[in-house]
Amino acid sequence: MTKPLLEIQGLRKQYGAVEVLKGVDCTMRQGEVIAIIGSSGSGKTTMLRCINMLEEFQGGRILIDGDAIGYDEIAGARRRKGEKEIARQRALTGMAFQQFNLFPHMSAAQNVMLGLVKVKKMGRDEARALAEGWLDRVGLAARADHYPGQLSGGQQQRVAIARAIAMNPRLMLFDEVTSALDPELVGEVLQVIKALAAEGMSMLLVTHEMRFAYEVASRVIFMNKGVIGEEGDPKEMFVRPQTERLVEFLKSSSFQ
Amino acid sequence: MGYTLNFAAVWRSFDLLLGGLLLSLQLAAVALVIGAAIGLVLAFALVGGSAVLRRPAQLYVTVIRNLPILVLILFTYFALPQLGVRLDKIASFVLTLAVYSGAYLAEVFRAGLLSVPRGLKEAGLAIGLTPMQIRTSIVIPLMVRNVLPSLSSTLISLFKDTSLAAAIAVPELTFEARKINVETFRVIEVWMVTSALYVATCAVLAALMRAVERRLALPK
Repeated sequence: MTKPLLEIQGLRKQYGAVEVLKGVDCTMRQGEVIAIIGSSGSGKTTMLRCINMLEEFQGGRILIDGDAIGYDEIAGARRRKGEKEIARQRALTGMAFQQFNLFPHMSAAQNVMLGLVKVKKMGRDEARALAEGWLDRVGLAARADHYPGQLSGGQQQRVAIARAIAMNPRLMLFDEVTSALDPELVGEVLQVIKALAAEGMSMLLVTHEMRFAYEVASRVIFMNKGVIGEEGDPKEMFVRPQTERLVEFLKSSSFQ
Repeated sequence: MGYTLNFAAVWRSFDLLLGGLLLSLQLAAVALVIGAAIGLVLAFALVGGSAVLRRPAQLYVTVIRNLPILVLILFTYFALPQLGVRLDKIASFVLTLAVYSGAYLAEVFRAGLLSVPRGLKEAGLAIGLTPMQIRTSIVIPLMVRNVLPSLSSTLISLFKDTSLAAAIAVPELTFEARKINVETFRVIEVWMVTSALYVATCAVLAALMRAVERRLALPK
């Protein structure tokens, strides 16, 4: 039994008095592709954002390769790690966002290079070569010097994925990456993710694309009201859902 | 009206006016650079969460913005030496103008900082940048583009405000014009030419700033 890549233990998160994660437990091995589904407000995006500390959390632990993310526990007291250490831990994961979030004043290549130069301390030439390589992999070699404003939504999202992957993360987090795209642009982005999955990249995907989750994920987690409602093999879960909530959710989603 | 326009005396002293104009531009430029640094630090303090930093920044902005600049100039030049701070008149004026513009630029930059989308900062965090790296590589470059139009009018205001340096005998454009006026009595001519120099310089500054704006515009 190999050591898990990601362990989430009793994760709790609240905004003021509202508890959005009520004790989530999850273990993920290297190379797994986990799709997280559930209705809006179920806590799936929040859970993803806790893993790279874009959200603070109040209870439980998140471990990547056994390394506790975000907080130290010293003699029972919980303390947030320093900014430098949190920045280092964030680089263990890569993230693609619903709204792409490309830096608008930088070309596609510069977007990919920024982390390589500033975080990985790579020379500019080496970083440029690596960036061009990744842009080529997402089918955008010819767009390396275009700015985000000159690219379509699908192209921007592919640059954003290249920017995250180029940092060589242990784990990729995809947060509803196709939700803001025109329907005809969804396919090109899903193709890129599929190719990465086929190469053994470990990923957690929050998605509304049930067909995609069914085809690509090795496991599906159904979030319901801040806890995991059901999880398992998509081939099994989508065909024979065990809980009433999942039955309802699948009925209301586009999956048939 | 027995006044006949005669510019000959003004043209003879024109190099004095140009020298004054050059000094005015230098005063404005140095004050803008120092003022921008002050404004940037204040702006980060104003938008930052900590009250320990925000309160003093708010106090600075409020006090300076409610003082007439001439009072500030005279205070720095005449009162500070009594308190043991001795500056020559040019340094004293530049310092005053920088402190003054810092308060205005703080408000300009604060609005610019707030206009940078939160998602871009998160994208920076997600690739492992530190908060300081996000400020220098993402937030400030975008903020500067957002505030360029306001920065342009601040620069022009500062340039015009340099005429107040005449009050403490800094030999800038207005001071030189007054000197020529007193020596030649060509009152109308001197002030006409001086006004034309101010207007023309402001037009050039505005055009330059527009060129910078176009240069830095995000490609579409």
